[in-house]
Amino acid sequence: MDKMPKWADVILIPLISVLLALIVSGLVVLIIGENPIEAMQIMVRGAFGSAYGWGYTLYYATNFIFTGLAVAVAFHARLFNIGGEGQAALGGLGVAIVLLSFGWPHWTIALLAAILGAALFGAAWAAVPAYLQAKRGSHIVITTIMFNFIASALLVYLLVNVFRVPGSMAPESARFAEAVHLPSAAEFAGFLGFGGSTPLNFAFFVALVCCVLVWILIWRTRLGYEIRAFGHSETAAVYAGINPTRIIMITMLISGGLSGMMAINVVMGEAERLVLDFTEGAGFVGIAVALMGRSHPVGVVLAALLFGALYQGGAELQFEMPAVSREMIVVIQALVIMFTGALDNMVRMPMEKIFLSIRRSRESGSQSPAE
Amino acid sequence: MDFLTVLQILDSSIRLATPLLLACLAGLFSERAGIFDIGLEGKMLAAAFFSAAFAFTSGSVWVGLFAGVGASVFLSGLHGAASITFRGNQLISGVAINFLAAGLTVVIAQTWFSQGGRTPQLPSEARFGNIVLPGAESTIREIAQLGPLGQIYSELISGHSILVYIAFLIVPLTWWVLFRTRFGLRLRAVGENPAAVDTAGISVVGMRYAAVIICGVLCGLAGAYLATALNAGFVKDMSAGRGYIALAALIFAKWRPWYALMACLLFGFFDAVGNRFQNITVGEIVVPVQFMQALPYILVVIVLAGLVGRAIPPRAGGEPYVKER
Repeated sequence: MDKMPKWADVILIPLISVLLALIVSGLVVLIIGENPIEAMQIMVRGAFGSAYGWGYTLYYATNFIFTGLAVAVAFHARLFNIGGEGQAALGGLGVAIVLLSFGWPHWTIALLAAILGAALFGAAWAAVPAYLQAKRGSHIVITTIMFNFIASALLVYLLVNVFRVPGSMAPESARFAEAVHLPSAAEFAGFLGFGGSTPLNFAFFVALVCCVLVWILIWRTRLGYEIRAFGHSETAAVYAGINPTRIIMITMLISGGLSGMMAINVVMGEAERLVLDFTEGAGFVGIAVALMGRSHPVGVVLAALLFGALYQGGAELQFEMPAVSREMIVVIQALVIMFTGALDNMVRMPMEKIFLSIRRSRESGSQSPAE
Repeated sequence: MDFLTVLQILDSSIRLATPLLLACLAGLFSERAGIFDIGLEGKMLAAAFFSAAFAFTSGSVWVGLFAGVGASVFLSGLHGAASITFRGNQLISGVAINFLAAGLTVVIAQTWFSQGGRTPQLPSEARFGNIVLPGAESTIREIAQLGPLGQIYSELISGHSILVYIAFLIVPLTWWVLFRTRFGLRLRAVGENPAAVDTAGISVVGMRYAAVIICGVLCGLAGAYLATALNAGFVKDMSAGRGYIALAALIFAKWRPWYALMACLLFGFFDAVGNRFQNITVGEIVVPVQFMQALPYILVVIVLAGLVGRAIPPRAGGEPYVKER
């Protein structure tokens, strides 16, 4: 029998962990000499107070949904894909190659092709670490970290030597054609007040569709069952006839593909060209998002929204409180990863004790009320 | 390319290999005891900032060194608490520590110095100076007039900061501690088979904490070297992936001290060559500078692929120890 009711495990513990992370972040702000409550208000207003704020919040959230789903899918097979950053960078490369090499007649067709390109390139970048894990037993965390650095060097090389527009100094590709422009929030939801500068674009819906697809994959298909079985116990999965190599490969390819698709939002939707370091750490935020969201698509969306708000609110905070540097977001992100990921037991152990004692007092109360 | 130029590149390799070596040996202690540490980067960065900040404020490089080591040991303790006491995921804890250091250093630097997340330039008395060994020349003109042996002595061996010599001395020390002392035997055993160590009546938790703290001290030295010897002050993200390269060197060295020295010197050499030449032309082929930068990582993947021998980590690495099974 479980020590805790399910709602405590799924909702209460992540909430307490995030609260702890926020309290410690507040302490940091206090030590710096600013008012944490005021800082919080500025961030919330900056993220949700206007259509402008929402546009950025949801735009960032779109990135984090992709990378968060990527980490979450891998977590289900107990694989820690820390290479989202590199896979996303390669996804951007895929998008750029697809969009620059053909004259696409309409954005819908171009979007499908770009999704394919992004996912294929991202998956390909995850394939080598996955293969080494499956066949050689080399730790996937180490190999994916190494592949992040290799990807970054590769992208710099390609942008400087191959994609750079002749005569231009900036290491970025040529602008994509007007026909492949994804509808921005101002175009499809202008009535909600989104202005022309809002980076939110159609990729947001692609991210939501991915959430549904991941949910179906993990909980409603045979493959998803095998992935979860493998994640719970490799030996039991092997005994049940599940091929570990196949599961590791497929899971990592899906994970890499999802990371790569982040490029749809940034490269195709926002920048409309391949630029240097467009991932901006979103691959790593995906880790925090997946941990906080308990690797469930609904949780991932909520956590991505929180981090999107943090990113947008943090940018506003920097304007209104110059003493608080933008890096404060990185601190909050680190604390969320620390508390929800590594220090999970710190919250869980006392909670389990509390629930156990509640149950005991109830049971003893019903059996021997006279004591 | 004349002999002196080669020596200068090798000299610069030694300088660049030193932080890698210290961080790599730090990781060696931790991982041999069964605690994976991908937070080397973060600890180094935190130490770099605090050593520079305190060295600038106090004017003494030694105060800076202690502050840097203190910051690094604090983060090590956090990693220890998460991965030993609370049996959390060591990799996730390492990731969190890297972000924590990347964020906090800039946030604190901004409030403390208001220079956009960096410390002011350190004056020379707040830095580790270069030690000129007895009988060595220090200026390039004088060195150029010496014979080959004199040039090697003056250019390559003399003229480094004290931390470089300490780092190279820690290599035999690490070997001796790990393979010739009771403490080292227990430390390695905790990383291979903690249950056996526990049965022998030795505290697994205590051994692992000891390893993690040693790791923190060495990472602190690495960070202090970065900010107060190799450079003159802290700038944002100045560790620039060195913690990960140290991790790569550790795997390349298969968790052995002498090989760690070789691996770090090799990676330092790549760095020095990449700094000196932009693109290297070998016959008809131009090797881009980005390839040199990525080379350590590529080599590690090749090693991990088992193409050049197999890298087998300590068996209990990454697993929290639970007393009763």
